[in-house]
Amino acid sequence: MDVIFGNLDLWGTAITNTLLVFLGGGVLALVLGVVVGAMRVSPVPIARGVGTLYVNLIRNTPLTLVFFFFVLGYPALGLPKMSTLVLGILAIGIYTATYVAEVLRAGINTVPVGQAEAARAIGLPFGQVMSLVVLPQAFRSVVPPMMSVFIALLKNTTVAAGFSVAELAALRATINDAAGRPGSPMEVLLWVAFVFVVLVLLLSLVQNRLEKKWRIVR
Amino acid sequence: MTSVLYDVPGPKAILRNRVLAVVTLLAVGAIIAFIVYRLALSGQFSATKWGLFTYATIWEQILSALGKTLAAFGLAAVLSVALGFLLAIGRLSDHRWVRIPITTITELFRAVPVLVMMMLLYYGLPSVGVSMEPYAAVVIALVAYNGSVLAEALRAGIESLPRGQKEAGYAIGLRKSGVMRLILLPQAVRAMLPVIVSQLVVTMKDTALGFIITYPELLYLAKQLSSNVQFGRPLLQSAFVIGGIYIVMCLILSAVAKWLEGRMRRSPKRPGGPAATTTTIPVQPDDPRLHRDGTVTEVISVQGERS
Repeated sequence: MDVIFGNLDLWGTAITNTLLVFLGGGVLALVLGVVVGAMRVSPVPIARGVGTLYVNLIRNTPLTLVFFFFVLGYPALGLPKMSTLVLGILAIGIYTATYVAEVLRAGINTVPVGQAEAARAIGLPFGQVMSLVVLPQAFRSVVPPMMSVFIALLKNTTVAAGFSVAELAALRATINDAAGRPGSPMEVLLWVAFVFVVLVLLLSLVQNRLEKKWRIVR
Repeated sequence: MTSVLYDVPGPKAILRNRVLAVVTLLAVGAIIAFIVYRLALSGQFSATKWGLFTYATIWEQILSALGKTLAAFGLAAVLSVALGFLLAIGRLSDHRWVRIPITTITELFRAVPVLVMMMLLYYGLPSVGVSMEPYAAVVIALVAYNGSVLAEALRAGIESLPRGQKEAGYAIGLRKSGVMRLILLPQAVRAMLPVIVSQLVVTMKDTALGFIITYPELLYLAKQLSSNVQFGRPLLQSAFVIGGIYIVMCLILSAVAKWLEGRMRRSPKRPGGPAATTTTIPVQPDDPRLHRDGTVTEVISVQGERS
């Protein structure tokens, strides 16, 4: 217990930074993912091509390498300086956006074409076809995989620890490299793992709740 | 071409699509041009920075690092598939004393981030008196995580099979092991093959995490190369070269996954898939599909579910 109460300040910043990366990355991934997902299902072939290229390129790059480009590579460009936290959020957001885009595309593809055709046949304009027929059905099948993407995002925030963002997984180095801080590496890491298990279980609980709420009854 | 989202375009829509295409091209072009401009401005295209990659010794180092990456990936892939089978079967066991601990272990392995697991093994274990090579830490962490994810995929595959399959197996006198080995697993593996291969892509990508716990794989080498003062610290250059290698390796694996998925989709009986919409293709008497995996039980059970 000394590990926690002796380093309460460090745990505070670490958890804050982890949640910052998670939320910042999540918002960025959602915004970018919606744009890319829309591009991937759009009637414009060039937009589809760009979306596909982006998704295939980033999805097949290890997250560690994306971090490498942003956190270590960005300063080499000589652009205005940004903190590693901001760069980390950018990296994880851009990486996760590909997964968000794929989930959205898959969700829209689960809606049978006949649904939209029927909606058009009764004379609904595009806006109503989307808002009344297609999107409500797609939304239900998007919710569970989207939560899985966010659970993965939460676990991926640990990668930021390797790129000098002071978050949970970096706590071991911070505590053990400082003189006089209590706690062995094993203790620190077990508590870090425990925090992640709790957070992931919490998100899974939310996922199950939402899944039950919006289950498709056929 | 028509889809859920849009109809066959009319003259106005064609015009709008063309405008959108131009806008997309301009936006993407502007972003790429800006990046290239910054790269050129900060001297990233200079011959000295790229000169590092004209030496044979550097490529030998890259090859040996690639070998390290593939060694970690290969062992982790094989072992995680094995662990996946073990955990999936354990979780479906009829005995509570097997099922409950295995379920707990699976959920735990899935919830702990791979990197934290690697750190636990590499930095944590020495403080209780067990030291571990980075290689072992990378492989064990990857196996634990991917094994439990594969176990879940396999379990989902087994549970999605019609119940008649299992019952028919018992009815012809097979034991539990026989039903699992001869009837349930082959079908589940077949249905879940794309998921398994795409999980292997994840394993491949996650080997790059070894970089953080000083396993000398590709990305670690990239970091080392980038500290080369003689060549003007070619950080972005080595990231591009190493990144290219990763992308090619993962693309190959992804292509395998996509190919398998395509094959599955063409197969006439993929439960719940888009193939479920009935298309009438005249079946020839010697069609191999007739003998491959069609059973009357399944047809009946599917009908039972629909009603």
